[in-house]
Amino acid sequence: MAHSGTKVGAGRREFKASVFVRYGLDRAFTTLVAGAALVGVVVLVVLLADVVRDGSSMLSLEFLTSFPSQVFPENGGIYPALIGSIWLLGLTALISVPLGVGAAVYLEEYAEDTRINRIIEINISNLAGVPSVIYGLLGLGVFVELLAPVTGGTSVLTGALTLSLLILPVIIVATREALRSIPASIREGGYALGATRWEVIRSHLLPMALPGALTGIILALSRAVGEAAPVLVVGVSLYQTYITAGLFDGYMALPTQIYDWISRPQQIFQDSAAAGIVVAMAVLLLANSFAIWLRNRYQQRS
Amino acid sequence: MAIRAEGTRSGADAWERNSRTREARERVIKFLLTACAYLSIFTTFGIVIVLFEETSRFFLEVSPVEFLTSTQWAPPQGEFGVLPLVYGTLMATIIAIGVALPVGLLTAIYLSEYAPRGLRRWLKPVLEILAGVPTVVYGYFALTFITPYFRDSLFPSIESFNAISAGLIMGVMIIPTVASVSEDAIYAVPLSLREGAYALGATRRETATKVVVPAALSGIVAAVILGISRAIGETMIVTIAMGAQANWLGSPLDGMQAMTAYIVQVVGGETPRGSITYESIFAVGSALFLMTLALNLASYWFVRRYRETY
Repeated sequence: MAHSGTKVGAGRREFKASVFVRYGLDRAFTTLVAGAALVGVVVLVVLLADVVRDGSSMLSLEFLTSFPSQVFPENGGIYPALIGSIWLLGLTALISVPLGVGAAVYLEEYAEDTRINRIIEINISNLAGVPSVIYGLLGLGVFVELLAPVTGGTSVLTGALTLSLLILPVIIVATREALRSIPASIREGGYALGATRWEVIRSHLLPMALPGALTGIILALSRAVGEAAPVLVVGVSLYQTYITAGLFDGYMALPTQIYDWISRPQQIFQDSAAAGIVVAMAVLLLANSFAIWLRNRYQQRS
Repeated sequence: MAIRAEGTRSGADAWERNSRTREARERVIKFLLTACAYLSIFTTFGIVIVLFEETSRFFLEVSPVEFLTSTQWAPPQGEFGVLPLVYGTLMATIIAIGVALPVGLLTAIYLSEYAPRGLRRWLKPVLEILAGVPTVVYGYFALTFITPYFRDSLFPSIESFNAISAGLIMGVMIIPTVASVSEDAIYAVPLSLREGAYALGATRRETATKVVVPAALSGIVAAVILGISRAIGETMIVTIAMGAQANWLGSPLDGMQAMTAYIVQVVGGETPRGSITYESIFAVGSALFLMTLALNLASYWFVRRYRETY
């Protein structure tokens, strides 16, 4: 009796000790996962603080409106690069959005479950994982060389076509998800009123899918404009004395301007690079905030 | 009477005309949309043909065996063994995954199992921003912040261009990829599994690490493979912060050249089209393409597997 009593007591002590350890581990793990989630935030804050500190000496309104300069680097700016990036953004949007939305509408609303359509789907998810520098090589082979008479070789059009191919898969996936979230009853209601498939798509599905798709499209476009590798491969100018004014003109771009400055050893160029980064990050944060605001508004409605 | 019949007929005619134009329009639109979808096939063909054409010209002058097995990479001297570039790429990738796997997975666990709703709504956008930061920015940060920091603290002998700074920052870049794909998989684990674990007296940590994570394992593997593929294809960080000197079996504190960095180095110089150096970037590109393709297909397969299970 006494014997079994001590045994029960020992079991209870053991149990209590084990619970104590387990609860301790639990608290430690909670701290660990929360800490891991903060790593990204911390790096982002340190990075922003670092570039603002390095770039503040160069940042001014003239920095946005001046040409880069080898002779007077302290008076240099990002004007032609900024204009070039705006050209790239506009053209890439004009090319990739209709094509991407079109492909998404086909895959979501028209395509039957056939072999070729399944291949297209796998293919698109694979294209999303192809490195951007490979798209650069594609652009070099096709748009710069093969189609030179049409694209003007290393023109801003070539740059935009290359970036468009790069972000098409992202736009397709975002638009498809937005289309998929629309209830079938909307389509059936349209058909019941005698509307054709395209009429339903144009009058109901596209407007309803727009906010959701737009979030993904804005993020994709902001990523495209931030890309340096593919445009370097298809021949972006690292220096030019004129402003891009047409489809077939040469062009500079903000990320490649930053890259060019980083690769020069003098401190003044490093500071210019940091100032350029501050501008690029400001644009990125604006685009992201807008996309997130759009998504939150849309999610609340539905 | 005649008038009425006339009227009906013209109405029917108009209806038929209208319906015929509508049908024609539908067909044209369907054709255009189909063309948009098929463009993706052409893109893939384009990539394969461009890479294959230039690579085959390259292999007329350099034997594939030398390309794949030699450890000498010195294009000006005509030495084209790709292994030192592969070594540079893998070194940076391994360091990156060493950061992104633990941090990304723990972040995913935090987001799906621990985070309060309000905080989640803040953290996810921050991760998206992290994924969207232009890679030249990360390169600048690695070169001008991380490397000097290491020189002053842990590794006084570190070179200005080195694999460890580039790899660490690349790890930060792919945290969002690993975290968000893992989180999708963890989120897909049915609630009943968690409830079962709690009912058996498991703590929150035990439920997360011994029930939820194993159940989501194939999705997590997919996330890590996708992260590796991103790291292998990343270009500007390694170009800016890891250097432009191929270095077979170098230490992480030394500079080395990645495959992607070689491509950028060549296009940045004045290389005449059709020269062997020009063709070599397509050969390196082909190797890069095949590596990432294999990883992407593997990741796709793993994702499908967990989608089928639950």
